[in-house]
Amino acid sequence: MKKLFKEFLKGIFRENPTFALALGLCQTLAVSTSIVNGFGMGVAATFVILGSNIIVSAIRNFIPSKIRIPCFIVIIATFVTIVELVMKAYFPLLSKALGIFVPLIVVNCIVMARAEAFASKHTVVKSIFDGLGMGAGFTLALVLISGIREAFGNGTLLGLVIVRNFEPALLFILAPGALLVIGILIGIVNLLSQRR
Amino acid sequence: MNNLTVSPAPHIKSGLTTQRIMWIVILALLPAGLAGVYIFGICSLKVIFISIISCILSEAIFLKFRQRDTRIILDGSAILTGLILAYNLPPEVPFWIPVVGGAVSIIIGKQLFGGLGHNIFNPALVGRAFLQISWPVYMTTWKNPRWALDAVSSATPLAKEKAVNFSYIDLFLGNHGGCIGEVCILMLLIGALILIFTNIISFHIPASFIGTVVVLTWIFGGDGFFKGDFVFHLLAGGLVLGAFFMATDYVTCPLTNKGKLIFGIGCGILTSLIRLKGSYPEGVSYAILFMNAMVPLIDRYTKTRIYGISKT
Repeated sequence: MKKLFKEFLKGIFRENPTFALALGLCQTLAVSTSIVNGFGMGVAATFVILGSNIIVSAIRNFIPSKIRIPCFIVIIATFVTIVELVMKAYFPLLSKALGIFVPLIVVNCIVMARAEAFASKHTVVKSIFDGLGMGAGFTLALVLISGIREAFGNGTLLGLVIVRNFEPALLFILAPGALLVIGILIGIVNLLSQRR
Repeated sequence: MNNLTVSPAPHIKSGLTTQRIMWIVILALLPAGLAGVYIFGICSLKVIFISIISCILSEAIFLKFRQRDTRIILDGSAILTGLILAYNLPPEVPFWIPVVGGAVSIIIGKQLFGGLGHNIFNPALVGRAFLQISWPVYMTTWKNPRWALDAVSSATPLAKEKAVNFSYIDLFLGNHGGCIGEVCILMLLIGALILIFTNIISFHIPASFIGTVVVLTWIFGGDGFFKGDFVFHLLAGGLVLGAFFMATDYVTCPLTNKGKLIFGIGCGILTSLIRLKGSYPEGVSYAILFMNAMVPLIDRYTKTRIYGISKT
């Protein structure tokens, strides 16, 4: 049990997909303009990672290694389609805000990396915890980044105004702001892990 | 760099330290600042002071945080960054614009890369680009010279090129709206002469930068080829300030003379492109920032051959 819990925690801290592995940055850059968007994307990606991890590890012994990548993609695409349709049906606004980046989860490096590096080599139970951990780490990172960007770039948090008469710095909502925030956060994470 | 010879000790110390260079550049920038204060009134002096103080404080705080000797701030580089940043701001910005600009320049532009000598981009221009993108309204509200009739706000000559014709002498003396330090070409040239005659900067970057802009705006600036008003493009906007004081920053420009020429020509091409075809009226600062990113590449391909070793 302790070992499984370790697999879960690893995704949040030591191998955090955004800050430690620097994977899935394209989506992080694109959708982290507000906390709602960031959280929505995080949950969607978590579901896909979890689903693909389970299926990949369940059939890992039947996939010929030469065509494993196409197999992974078919599995991942299945779950992405589920997410996309559910989101369109029940969260149309979120779906509109995330736009093309929901179908693009198919080529999200985190999902591929977990399928290739973990799920195809470990048991189903372990892969579930790994997928949950990685998803949680990705969601946390997205919420953190989008929180900072929303606060500085729009003057709001979850859509609520924090300080009146605050003139938001447009840069944080635009692309350079995302790069700056991610870069500085990765720096801080590295600094903290060095000191420890 | 051509006179560099390596010999055994004892060596003669030249006395030209980083600190000394910084103070000479600050001195050379002063005339343009005085002209700016004279033209736009006391509000511009306020912007200059706030910007410098913000830079010094950010540097001190961050050096303390990095556990470095805080006496490094006395080398004058923070003051110079603050001064150049202020010269790139409109005279009537709210007080917090130079505060944020100074902090961004020093912390993101310089200290996060490892301090003076390690920064990729010119710190003051990083601050200016940040402000320009974040608060475009404040950064493009210009003030007319204080003796003008409509002293509230106007566009820079570059922005309203087609509507109003400025005489060359007005542009040369700074009798028009613009950033604090860029308007008075006469005073900038005096400062530039000081820098060139004290051998602080070489002529390569300014000459190739300005030359390229002149040629390109002459060819493509008008209705037909070779009909552009290149004197206007030379005198309006921040070209002179940028070419002599910002593009020549030691840390962020190439080492060799050949590299400097390439750097200057690149800056010139980008500036002309942004001015003539882009959505911004002025492109000097973005051009310099862009070419700053190219410097490692330029340095790599203009590496001088080691003496006595054949080309292989």
